Parts: sequence; C-alpha cells; structure tokens
Amino acid sequence: MIANLRNGKTLRTKLREWSRDSTMIVYGVLLIAAILFPPISTFATGSSALIGLVADAGVWVLLAIGLNVVVGFAGLLDLGYAAFFAIGAYTYALFASYQLGATPLHHAVHLPFWLLLFGAMFVAATAGAILGAPTLRLRGDYLAIVTLGFGEIVPRVFRNLRDWTNGADGIGGIDQPTLPVCIDGPWSQGDSLAIHFGPVNCSFSITDPSAYYVLMVLMLIVCVILVTNLQTSRLGRAWAAVREDEVAAAAMGVNTRNIKLLAFGIGAAFSGFAGAYYGAKISLVSPDNFDFTVSITVLVMVVLGGMGNIPGVIIGALAVYFLEFKFLTDLPRNIQALIDSIGLGPLLDNANPATGWPGIQDFTQRLNYLVLGSILVLMMLLRPQGILPSRVRAQELKAEGSQDDSVFDQQAGQT
Amino acid sequence: MERFQRLRATLSGDLGSTLFLLLGVLGVLWVIYLTIEQGPRSMIAVLIIGLTDGAIYALIALGYTMVYGIIELINFAHGDVFTLGAFFALAILGLFKLGPGANYTLAAIPILIFVTVVVMALNGLVNIAIERIAYRPLRNAPRLAPLITAIGMSFLVEGAMYLWRGPVDLRFPDLISENRYELFYGNFGPQGKVAPLIDLGVKDIMVVVASVFLVVMLSLFISRTKLGKAMRATAQDRDAAALMGIDINRTISATFFIGAALAGAGGIIYALYFNSIRFDLGFSAGLVAFTAAVLGGIGNIEGAALGGLLIGVIRALNDRYFSASWSDVVIFAILILVLVFRPTGLLGMQVPEK
Repeated sequence: MIANLRNGKTLRTKLREWSRDSTMIVYGVLLIAAILFPPISTFATGSSALIGLVADAGVWVLLAIGLNVVVGFAGLLDLGYAAFFAIGAYTYALFASYQLGATPLHHAVHLPFWLLLFGAMFVAATAGAILGAPTLRLRGDYLAIVTLGFGEIVPRVFRNLRDWTNGADGIGGIDQPTLPVCIDGPWSQGDSLAIHFGPVNCSFSITDPSAYYVLMVLMLIVCVILVTNLQTSRLGRAWAAVREDEVAAAAMGVNTRNIKLLAFGIGAAFSGFAGAYYGAKISLVSPDNFDFTVSITVLVMVVLGGMGNIPGVIIGALAVYFLEFKFLTDLPRNIQALIDSIGLGPLLDNANPATGWPGIQDFTQRLNYLVLGSILVLMMLLRPQGILPSRVRAQELKAEGSQDDSVFDQQAGQT
Repeated sequence: MERFQRLRATLSGDLGSTLFLLLGVLGVLWVIYLTIEQGPRSMIAVLIIGLTDGAIYALIALGYTMVYGIIELINFAHGDVFTLGAFFALAILGLFKLGPGANYTLAAIPILIFVTVVVMALNGLVNIAIERIAYRPLRNAPRLAPLITAIGMSFLVEGAMYLWRGPVDLRFPDLISENRYELFYGNFGPQGKVAPLIDLGVKDIMVVVASVFLVVMLSLFISRTKLGKAMRATAQDRDAAALMGIDINRTISATFFIGAALAGAGGIIYALYFNSIRFDLGFSAGLVAFTAAVLGGIGNIEGAALGGLLIGVIRALNDRYFSASWSDVVIFAILILVLVFRPTGLLGMQVPEK
C-alpha cells in the first residue's frame, strides 16, 4: 500500500515535499543561479572574465565533493588530496600535449579530452587504491600523516622527473577539448566546430571560458547525482557505519577494508576528474599548483560547508574559493583605497624597515594562511558540523562526554 | 580470504620486522661499501652532517612523540612551534644588539644561553595556549576533530610568523665560532693526498653537545621527577592515572610545555647552525621529525632520539651519494613504509587499536 502511494505521488506533492527539504532548495537555487549567471555577468560586466572565475571555482567544488566522500562519508582524514589532483592533471597533460615528444618516448600523444577525462579519473583512482591498500588499516591519525607524506611526494616526483614532466617549469601547450558532436550549420558562423548559443559558445578556447563553464556545470550535476546516490546506497550506509564505529561495523559484517578502500578510490577519482579538466582549462600544469595548501584549502571547504553534506560542501567550496581567490586577492588594493580615503595613507602605505612594517598592501597579502587556519580551528571548536550540516554528522560531531552514554546524553539534550 | 588475512598478519608482524632488519643490514653494508670505495674521509664528513641534522630532528621529534604518547594526537603545529623558537630568538637577540649582522664573541655566549632559556619558556607557553584553545575542548570529540584543529593550528602559527616577518629568508646572527678542527692527518685525501680524516666545526660540536644535554635532561626528568612519573602514568592509562590523584590537565599542559621548549631550543640550534630561517621551515622539518618519531617508535623518548639521528644520517647519505632533490621523497617514503610494515617503529610497543 505504502509503496503504491509513494510511487503514485503527483508532481505537485513531490514539489511540495522538495520545498520542505533544505537540500533540494539549495540545489534548486544553485541550478537557477548557474543558468542565469553567464548572461547576467556578461551583461553587467561586459566581459566573460567572471564566467571563467566561476568555472575555476567549479574545479574546487569538484575537489570538495570528492574529499567529502573520504572525510565526510567515510571519516578518513586525507591530507594529501592534492596528489590525486596532480595525478589527474598530469595524466591529461602528458597524453594531450607535445610533452611526450620531448621525453625519451619521442612521440607526442594527443588523446581526446573526453577520453582522458575518464582516463585521468581511472589513473587517480588506481593511485588512491595503491596508496590505500596497505595504509587504510592504520589508525586515523597515521592515515592522515601517510596521506600528507604522499601529498608531498607526488609533486616532488613530478618536479624531479625532469625528462618526462619538464620539471619545475611544468607542461605547457596542453590541448583544448574539442566537441566532436558540434553541429555545423548556418548558426556556426563559418567556424565549423562551433554553435553560437546566446552568450554560451561551444568552441573551447582560453579566451572564451563560457564553454568551460557549461562543461563544468554539467560535470557537477553528474557528480552531485552520483554522490547523492552513493550516500544513500548500501555503500554509503557502510561508510557511515565505519565512520561511527569501525569495530562495531566490522562485527556487523561490513568489510571495513574494502569499504574504506572504495571511499579512498572514489574520492581520488573525483580529484583526477577535476585534475584533467583543470589541466585543459589552464593549459599549463606545474608542480607548484599542487602543494600542501591545495589539500588544506579543499579540507577547509569541506569543514566549513559541513562534512558529509553535499549541498553544504558545495556552498563551502564556493565561499572559500571566493574568499581565497577573489576577496583576499583584491583585499590589498581595497584596503589601500580605504586607508587612503580616511587619510591614514602616509602612515601605513609604505614599508618602514625600522619597525618591520611591510606596507599595508604587503601586510594584507600575508593573511592567507591565517584565514585558512582560523576557519579550521573556529569551525571545529564552535560549529563542527559546518554551516550547512548533515543531520547525522552534526549529532556525531557534537557528541561529548564518555563514549558509553553519549547517545543518551544527546537524545536528552535534543528534546 | 583467510589466507589473505594470514598473509597480511605475517606482512605486518614477523615478516615486517624481518624486512626491516634486512633493510637495516643492507643499509649498513652499503655504508661500508661506500666507505671503502670513497674513502673514510668523505663518509665521516657525511656522518657528521647527518648526526648534527639528526640531533635537531631528534629535538623536534621528542615533542611529537611525547604529545602523541600522552593524548594520541599528532600535534601538527609542533613543527611550526619549532620555527617560532627561532623567530622569538631572532627578535630577543635584536634587543641585545645582536641583530642579524652580529658575529661571534665570547661575551655573546651567556646572552645566548639566557635567550635560549627565555625562548624555551615562551615557546612552552605558546604550546600550552595551543593545547588549551584547540585540543582540550575536543578531547572527547571524535578523533577527526582534534586532527583538523591541529592542522588549523599549524596554519595559524605559520600564518602568524608569515604576517610578522613576511615570505623572506631571514638572516640569523652568526654567534657561534666558525673555527674548525682538523684531526688525524694521513693519506685520506683524493688520490692519496695528505688530508685530515676528521674535519669538525665548533658548530657541529655545539649542536651535538646541546642536543645530548637536552635529551639527557629530559630523560632524567621523566624517569626521576614526580611530574615525569605522572606523565608516564597518564600516557599509560589516563583514567587510572586520574583515579590515582594525578591532575591530568596539568600533566598534559606540562607535556606540551616541555615538548615546545625542546622544539624552541631546536629552533635556536638550527638557526645558529644554518644562519637562515624562514616562516615555513617548520612544515617540512616537522614532517621529517615526525618520520623520525615514527621510525623510532612513537611514544618512545629514546626511540625519537634514535629515529632523529637515523633520519639525519639517511638524509645526509642520500644527499651526498644519491640526489638532494629526492631527499624529501626518500624520507616520506620511509615514513609510509614504516607505518605500513612496522607501525610500532624500531623501539615502540604495540599500541592498541582505539
């Protein structure tokens, strides 16, 4: 009966249900914003620079969604997430540029972007499994340090293998994706591989980021659907069980090792996916793009948004991205303008070697680390469940007092 | 499946230890081979570099291992507390007119010792504050929470130093004599030329003497004093220790204080030795030191000291005979291998899964 009723829901009741579900509201708002953003920003600013910025933000959203699988779902702290990002980006860079021609191989390989997107994903997932297989039985904090070590090793290996990866200079001139299915016609205005569709242009190029934007939105939609299904699947429940109590989960017949390995591999796959896209978009990968700060920034996104909650993580990633790459980047200039306008300019503008004052612009440029660190510490202390918490995770992270009676304490506290 | 599990047990248990023994023996054989091939002079020079670096790593590793032993938390901020020691020292030495340009004088030595003591105390207080703010409120939270705050604290301390002095290499005053002693002349040079077998700097001696002194003081403190006993008891079983009337919070604070004081001293020693410091020095130094702590057996004081020296020597050997640009990769690979095959380290005991 109940099943019949559920299946027989009209669209109207479904819509009403969704409107009560905060997750659906967030997705709806995000989707509408994503669709409306390109025309509005092009109209308002007269250029597509902002669209490119948002497409870049999408890379970080992807990374955050992937790390959320590892940290949020399975409860494993991965501090070397940038390594898989690097592996994905380098996979694309090596197989879709002239780089391999300059290596001992002497033959450049140009595989299509669409193939490599999945190739990079696969390579990163394999790397995740290879790292995870021996290390995942370690305690959580050992795992954190092992992944941290791995995250340091990978960029250094890419830097040191000069013959293959061009060392610290990185690989440049990476192929742009082309659309094999672009329909030629009068609308393509002579360019055989392009459809002009409003402000969105489906030929990929560095100067016009709209196509990247569309691709990113599509990738994100696919990934969000995928991850949501994963979370509610048998695997997702097993992750929750392992996260909350590994021993109990194992006693209930969950194969904890495989479950954790899957979380690690899937998390790495998202990272590799994002890496390939990133390599194509910026068309240059170098080892400096994947240092420890990248891993930590992604972690900050997940922690800020709410571990385990996908809409939260997306919001967190967007917020941190704009804090880091727009607000903090523009801050020195803005602060300088502010200070000049209130007349403190002569006092603070220039460096003063006697007192060690570096000048206001330099000073504000240095805030980056402090901001990331404070977000992590303050969030964990004040709101460990994140700005948009997952309900289950909020309960777990708030648990205080001894292990045995915490469940009862919480229930008492809730009522 | 069962066979697989048995294989895994063997891998991590007996086979792991055997593998390590084998690797150790191979390492020693390699060192002997290099000594014969390249001559003892270059090997001794490498060992001196390795032991001096290793002594500094050991001082940092002690803080990691003590904190881990007592509250089972990787204090990621520890490496940055090490750097903070050097930064404090630079600032305080400036007050004594011993800024970056200062050179070695005998009169500077008592000031240096005084500054070291002040910096150790300051560093200890900073670390106590870190524990109070970031770790204590989360002591009963899920493990993930304090780990994340630890990473956050590391960034905060690093960020504070970045804000303070900026992204530049800072010159540290050259307060230790540059004199070198050349011992045992003989046909040790290239092509059998006459050269000293050992070429030892005053700085090398300073590093080793200071570190040995500090480690001995620490181990006396832990084995002889009441607070040391309380620390050992708390590390063993926190609840039982509390029932025996030990003030757990005070003991943990004391552990953080001592760990940071040693790291601060390490920071000053590092700065005096290399004469150049940078705000993000502690990140990689901390990771290497943590590797040392794991290699020696985490939670084990002697292990940390031994691990530090070993890592220092391995690094020096790698830099001299392989490639310096790979040294971090080698160290982190050791970290991963030790954790996978022998998580208890060389001297560690079995830690129960919690």
